[in-house]
Formats: sequence, structure tokens, C-alpha cells
Amino acid sequence: MLESITPLHIIFYIFAAIAFCSAVSVITVRNPVRSTLSLVVTFFAMSGIWMILNAEFLSLILLLVYVGAVMTLFLFVVMMLNIDKADEKKHNFVRYLPFGIIVILLLTGITVVTVGPKYFGLAEVPEPLPISADHSNIQQLGAVLYTQYVYPFEIAGVLLLAAIIAAITLAYRGPMHRKVQNPSCQINVRPEDRLRLIKMPSEPKQGTSP
Amino acid sequence: MISLTEFLVLAALLFGLGTAGIILNRKNLITLLMSVELILLAVNTNFIAFSHFLMNDTGQIFVFFVLTVAAAEAAIGLAILVVLYRRRGTIAVQNIDALKG
Repeated sequence: MLESITPLHIIFYIFAAIAFCSAVSVITVRNPVRSTLSLVVTFFAMSGIWMILNAEFLSLILLLVYVGAVMTLFLFVVMMLNIDKADEKKHNFVRYLPFGIIVILLLTGITVVTVGPKYFGLAEVPEPLPISADHSNIQQLGAVLYTQYVYPFEIAGVLLLAAIIAAITLAYRGPMHRKVQNPSCQINVRPEDRLRLIKMPSEPKQGTSP
Repeated sequence: MISLTEFLVLAALLFGLGTAGIILNRKNLITLLMSVELILLAVNTNFIAFSHFLMNDTGQIFVFFVLTVAAAEAAIGLAILVVLYRRRGTIAVQNIDALKG
């Protein structure tokens, strides 16, 4: 294994180490702002890994949409809410630590054994064919996305619209100008309020042809 | 060349960290949401790794949709968080017990 180390390997391990360390700090750091910033670092490192995997479009989307929009939203919320950095967390942290370690060891251990080199090594899953220099990942994705997956794509648009409306409705605090019915008013209405009977003499027909 | 195993192990580590974050963290709902983001990131990495090694675009398309849903989920989750904070003045996980769960 050691003789096959390439520069790509070194880059991969640097990014992996950054991602792992910052992911650890996401769940252990006490200050929520630092936790969010660690998550941003994780996203940056994983975007590098995705770039190694030739997923250029998704890698840039991760940076632009996730780091640029979603994590900014997280930061805004974290900074707007006045969260007390109480000592309570540490107590609970220590209390649940053995449980967490058991879970992470079990889960990760089993998964690592399952995906070991015996099943997913280079001998089992060979490196894909090298792609040409003028190959465009965006073109390749778009050709599939707008033909075969166009219906899920439109559903995703509707989903985002629903999310926008839901988020705005939940967080909106101004006066609500809704036009709603008032049932008690409707029940208590009397005929005199709505209907006026008048008496008048009948009028002769007008405009009739002789 | 980097084998598929290494990508999968990295994703498994991230997934385990996300799960541990959900278990360990009882103070702050925001960290809970961030642990969910970590888990989604690990799953997406798995999808992209398999898509690359099996030379199949469907994995990347699926990641595209997962990212869409995750963004919507984060937005609504944070909106609920803000409403909760206004009502209760706290977002500690142990104080959210209106349903007596």
C-alpha cells in the first residue's frame, strides 16, 4: 500500500484530516458560533474531497449554497438568539460521553469493517477510466437532469417554494392581515339588517309597442 | 490511486461523529441541526464516491436532490427554532418537554 502513494493521496489525507478534526470540534466545542464555523471548515474540506472525486459541480454547489447560504443562516440564528453558554452542557456532556463513545465505536467500527479493502479495495472496485480534458461535469449532469429527471427537478422547485412560505410564515412577527369570517357575527345577523321591504304603487308598463 | 475504501471510511467516520453529536449534545438545538448536516454530508460523500467509481451519474443527481431537501429542512428547522426561542426563551433540548416524552 505504501509504495502506491501519490500526490493525490497526500491531498486526500490532508483534506480528510481537516474534515475529521473540524467535525470533532463541531460536536465538542461549547460555543455555538465556533461550532458553526467548524462546520464551515468541514464543508470546505469535504468540497475538496468531492473535487478529487470529479464531482466539480456538486463541490462548488456545496461551497456556494451550503457555506454561502445555509451556514450563513445558521450563523445569523446563532448570533440572534441569546444562548447562554452555561456550565450545564459540560455536566451532561460527561454524563453521556461513554454512551456516545460506545455508539460511535460500534457504528463506525462495523461500517469500517464492512467497507474494508477486502470488499471495496482497488482490486474489487477498479479506478474508473480517465476522463478527457474537455469533459464537462455540468454538461454531463444537465443532460441527465433535464431529460430523465425533469419531473423530480420540478418537484424540488415546488418543495423549495413550500419551504420559503413555511419559513416566512413561521418566523413572521408583524400584524397578520387576514380576511377571515366571524362566525358569531354571521349567526347573530337579523333579517332587518340585510333586507329592507318597501311598499310602492305598481307602475304601468313602459315602452310597450302599441 | 485512492481506493473506494478510503472514501467510504472517511464518510463512515463523519457519520459516526454526527450520530455521536446527536447523542452527546443535550444543551443546544442548533448543534443538533448541525449534527444532522454532518450526517447528510457523509451520506452525500458515499453517493459521490460510488458514482465516481461505478461511472454512473445517478449518484450525483441524487446528491443534488438531497442538497435541495437539506437546504429546505435547515431553513424550516431554524424558523421553528426562532419561534421556539420567542415562546420559551430557551432552546435547550432538555427543556423541550411539552409532549412529556
